[in-house]
Amino acid sequence: MRYIEQEKVVRRMNGRMVVNRVFQGLFMFATALALLALVILLYRIVSQGAGHLSIDFLTNFASRFPDQAGIKAALVGSIWLMAVVAPTSILLGVGSAIYLEEYAKKGRITTFIQMNISNLAGVPSVVFGLLGLTIFVRALALGNSILAAGFTMSLLILPVIIVAAQEAIRSVPGELRDASYGMGATKWQTIVRIILPAAIPGILTGSILALSRAIGETAPLIVVGIPVIIQFLPEGVMDTFTALPMQIYDWSSRPQAEFQTVAAAGIIVLMVVLLFMNSIAVFIRNKFDKSY
Amino acid sequence: MRTSVQELIAKSKDKKSKKIIEKLIPVLLFLIASVSVLTTIGIVLTLIIETVTFFTRVPLSEFILGTTWLPFANSGAQFGIWPLIVGTLKITGIAIVVAVPIGISAAIYLSEYASDNVRRVVKPILEVLAGVPTIVYGFFALTFVTPVLQSFFPDIKIFNAISPGIVVGIMIIPMIASLSEDAMSSVPKSIRDGALAMGSTKFEVAWKITVPAALSGIIASVVLGLSRAIGETMIVSLAAGSTPKFDGDFTGSIQTMTAYIVQVSKGDAGYGTTIYYSIYAVGFTLFLFTMAMNILAGYMSKRFREEY
Repeated sequence: MRYIEQEKVVRRMNGRMVVNRVFQGLFMFATALALLALVILLYRIVSQGAGHLSIDFLTNFASRFPDQAGIKAALVGSIWLMAVVAPTSILLGVGSAIYLEEYAKKGRITTFIQMNISNLAGVPSVVFGLLGLTIFVRALALGNSILAAGFTMSLLILPVIIVAAQEAIRSVPGELRDASYGMGATKWQTIVRIILPAAIPGILTGSILALSRAIGETAPLIVVGIPVIIQFLPEGVMDTFTALPMQIYDWSSRPQAEFQTVAAAGIIVLMVVLLFMNSIAVFIRNKFDKSY
Repeated sequence: MRTSVQELIAKSKDKKSKKIIEKLIPVLLFLIASVSVLTTIGIVLTLIIETVTFFTRVPLSEFILGTTWLPFANSGAQFGIWPLIVGTLKITGIAIVVAVPIGISAAIYLSEYASDNVRRVVKPILEVLAGVPTIVYGFFALTFVTPVLQSFFPDIKIFNAISPGIVVGIMIIPMIASLSEDAMSSVPKSIRDGALAMGSTKFEVAWKITVPAALSGIIASVVLGLSRAIGETMIVSLAAGSTPKFDGDFTGSIQTMTAYIVQVSKGDAGYGTTIYYSIYAVGFTLFLFTMAMNILAGYMSKRFREEY
């Protein structure tokens, strides 16, 4: 008795292969479509904004007149913002990761903190803005300052940094740790002198990627009440400021068509900053990626 | 006099400062780690407290059942949340229609068909797509997608639900694609090889073996995409308009929950006004929606995970 009907299999073979080909084409087409979206997006922005890019654009303040509008205040503001966000978020993120990976006992509290972190990562950024508005701007009376916005952004990207730092610490092999203890080092000495140096490339890569998210975020800044039109540069963390995405948002939402060109030029500046940060991250990953 | 290593170790162990550091550090790190928990508590508390203040001025029933959102009316302002929810659902619906077929197709292509070389090129590009700031997507929706749509369908207004919906969809494609691909890649190769050895085509393997086995992960990726689409703010603020509407119109200006919060924050709604408190009530509603989605996604990927 034959289990396989040879004829039936042969008859259906061609059809099955055609179906396979058709769907392969469809799946490929869908993937190409996603990539095409990125190409069109980048092409549109560069072709629209490149004409407006100049040294003047980088060194002028915002203006009512599109041809004089510059991005100086926003660019400097974004750098100030990062100067607050980077130390705050990396300190909190790495500290939390060390606690969770090295000190915390696996139990209910650790599971709870871990679950809380992944849930926090899913909270919309605009809700973080409401938190910042209530706590930092009003309750702590920091006003529309770099500090208030910086703390808000730090909390927003905190979950990303914690998870990245945890993975980096986890990937440090156990032998290094054991060797350090074997030499009589204490736990903290082992962490500071052995584990952190080994984990630092991973931590930095993750942190830079998280920071590049913070530099492009707009919604929390709007909710916190960061102004757009600013004709001076901040001199300290308690000064008010504006940032690249805020400035781009303002230009994009103006009705005059000329301002769309200015907005596109602003987006090019933002994308170049992002590209720069991402290149550093990739460079660190490749340069220091040790395999044990 | 020479001290032995043993004595050195004993001496260094005796140092008081070191003992204190070893005791103090865990406490300090625990405090740092609790910041993330405090953030969650802070979010929930601020939302609840300000929302309660809001409900002392606007009845809860009006907020939950009302179908008119007219906060800026000089007299007879109305705060029925449904128009904002409907606006959010319109955007989310279009985004899902765009992102799910493309995202899952791309995931199947990458995990089942693509060669290693193709994967090495495509995956970083998808990562770039995921890293584009939402304000850039918003600009793209307003200045490119809307005019293109208008040239095909002249009825579409400058502010509409379709264009930002499509662009939110484009934004969440990388997320759905990469999470689904992760789920499919974790299906063991042996199962695939078994099916191929029995004479299955690659499509049959993908459709009858990989996708069913990875289904929980795929659904979780879609739910997370939904949550992102609901919370997306800048694309809708720029391109969807600011007209809260309780109807089925996609071609005209609408308003989502997130866009309302931005609209009020941009304006000069003074501290302590009903409008000021209303953004917390809307934010709380938004928070509940995304929270429910995130918990559902976590549940899906845990509950239905098949172990091999």
